[in-house]
Amino acid sequence: MKDLILKDVSFSYPGGFLAVDNINMTIKSGENVAIVGQNGAGKTTTVKMMNGLLRPTSGDVIIGDMNTKDYTTAQVSRVVGYVFQNPDDQIFHSTVESEVRFGPEMAKLSNEEVDSRVEYALKITGMDKFKEENPYNLPLSMRKFVTIAAVIAMDTDVLIFDEPTAGQDLEGNKRLSEILKELHEKGKTVITISHDMEFVASNFERVIVMAKKKVVTMGTPEEVFWNFEALEKAMLKQPYVSRVCRALGANGEIISMDEAVKFLKSRLKRNA
Amino acid sequence: MDCVIELKNVTYSYPLTTVPAIKDLSVKIEKGKFYGVIGENGSGKTTFCALLRGFAPSFYKGDLSGEVLVEGRSTLEYGPGELASKIGFVFQNPFTQISGVKDTVFEEVAYGLENFGVPVDEIEKRVVEVMKLTDIESLAEKNPFDLSGGQMQRVALASVLVIEPEILVIDEPTSQLDPEGTESVFKIISKLKEKKKTVILVEHKIDLIAEYADEVLVFKDGSLVAAGDKQEILSDMSLLEKGVALPQVAILGNTLKEEGVPLKYIPVTEKQAEEVFSELITGKE
Ligand SMILES: Nc1ncnc2c1ncn2[C@@H]1O[C@H](COP(=O)(O)OP(=O)(O)OP(=O)(O)O)[C@@H](O)[C@H]1O
Ligand SMILES: Nc1ncnc2c1ncn2[C@@H]1O[C@H](COP(=O)(O)OP(=O)(O)OP(=O)(O)O)[C@@H](O)[C@H]1O
Ligand SMILES: [Mg+2]
Ligand SMILES: [Mg+2]
Repeated sequence: MKDLILKDVSFSYPGGFLAVDNINMTIKSGENVAIVGQNGAGKTTTVKMMNGLLRPTSGDVIIGDMNTKDYTTAQVSRVVGYVFQNPDDQIFHSTVESEVRFGPEMAKLSNEEVDSRVEYALKITGMDKFKEENPYNLPLSMRKFVTIAAVIAMDTDVLIFDEPTAGQDLEGNKRLSEILKELHEKGKTVITISHDMEFVASNFERVIVMAKKKVVTMGTPEEVFWNFEALEKAMLKQPYVSRVCRALGANGEIISMDEAVKFLKSRLKRNA
Repeated sequence: MDCVIELKNVTYSYPLTTVPAIKDLSVKIEKGKFYGVIGENGSGKTTFCALLRGFAPSFYKGDLSGEVLVEGRSTLEYGPGELASKIGFVFQNPFTQISGVKDTVFEEVAYGLENFGVPVDEIEKRVVEVMKLTDIESLAEKNPFDLSGGQMQRVALASVLVIEPEILVIDEPTSQLDPEGTESVFKIISKLKEKKKTVILVEHKIDLIAEYADEVLVFKDGSLVAAGDKQEILSDMSLLEKGVALPQVAILGNTLKEEGVPLKYIPVTEKQAEEVFSELITGKE
């Protein structure tokens, strides 16, 4: 089992800026979790430590039986894949397909294995129809899917998506949901950072809230989105349907459209 | 109507492409209004912005037919600096906006004003003000590249707001922002109306467009498929066929209506939703 554990982890950037201050978290193997929280809270810094791009200044990042201290970034990234917040930091090939192919090819897999992984990754992200395109001729939202495909093709046990919902339309969000679901069903551990409260409410079992270099709270979406103290600390808001129901007297639990419809109908009946 | 920008039968293709990114687009932009530009990914929103600012075709090259008129003059006739002082432009990717020539956030935000030759005292005053407004005061001494995604996006916006241009073209300025930050950016932008600024804002966050924009422009496949009154456009389920989500409260309203609940109208904002639903619950008119 490859549980991912952060033990008393802190991180300071060169120059001394403390970005993550003594945090602890455990993400169980196969879990599908979201990390949310205010700008500058330390989310990106935290996940970059999970895949070895950054090394904790103090504390331990443990993935299954690996303490990342004892492994190179290349070794860690074979277990934990990371999709950058800014796709342009990640893309450096001139076609979508070669971008996605690069990782598996470097891993010295058989040709068939490379082919089948690339095909799968392009298909699940909807990028197969752009495989000959230069990624820079695609809109930013699609470039994000190119980087997601590149990480999926690595077939790591843990996948981290940094703000995949940014700039996505209705269809893009749907596709992301499906990708998360499928990876989860395959037993992958998936960690997603997002500022989209509706998306978080409907796609995750557990939500980790960060603010000011620390973890504020963790819980189910139902718990987190009715914890007003935590929401305020992390500059978050309830999903819209929760806000409306709250204004009309609901006092917990509601975070989805279906629940809101049910609640409103029950209020109407009572008053009929 | 006082028209600041007009597109007349504009068709535009990027170099080496066969399908135009914008197809036969005609639209008038009225001075002092806040336009919300919406549409699915790849529908041409960013290209539309690039046309307004003259980047298409001057930077991107490609083929343009028809006319893009800014205050009555074709963008092709403007000198490069001229359009820059008239139209503030915030790029979709904040990482693109950072100049790369300044070492601190403070200097970065001041950079545009410096280029326009504004006196130093005034630069300082304006930079301090805008940094406060966009909540980046604490980042003043940081290197612009040593920021989180959301912080960088705030800096990108601040560096354009500080110039106080007459027209602002802003491409998804909240994509990396936390919910509070997003709301506050919308508040800042809608306040620009008090100064008679014209704002063209691209956004996927439809709930906020519903709340703050005056009018909406809906793009699909490079064409304008709906334009005008936000209440009408955003409350109608047919928006989904254009690949655009409805505001959450409008979905809620439509769902209840389908189930036979007699709503006075379909709300598009939170406030409207509370009003419409609470009337039903308390039974008062
Ligand atoms: N290279 C760097 N050098 C110095 N400080 C940095 C650097 N990168 C980030 N920081 C700082 O570290 C803090 C945490 O940044 P991080 O990118 O982890 O935030 P985040 O939670 O991902 O925010 P966002 O939601 O805006 O992406 C911020 O205050 C940021 O300014
Ligand atoms: N530099 C470019 N070269 C070639 N084609 C491009 C270029 N930029 C955009 N396109 C194409 O033009 C079309 C419109 O893209 P545009 O970026 O305007 O969409 P958008 O509505 O802004 O999308 P998004 O919501 O993803 O930002 C797309 O088909 C895109 O692939
Ligand atoms: Mg981040
Ligand atoms: Mg765009």
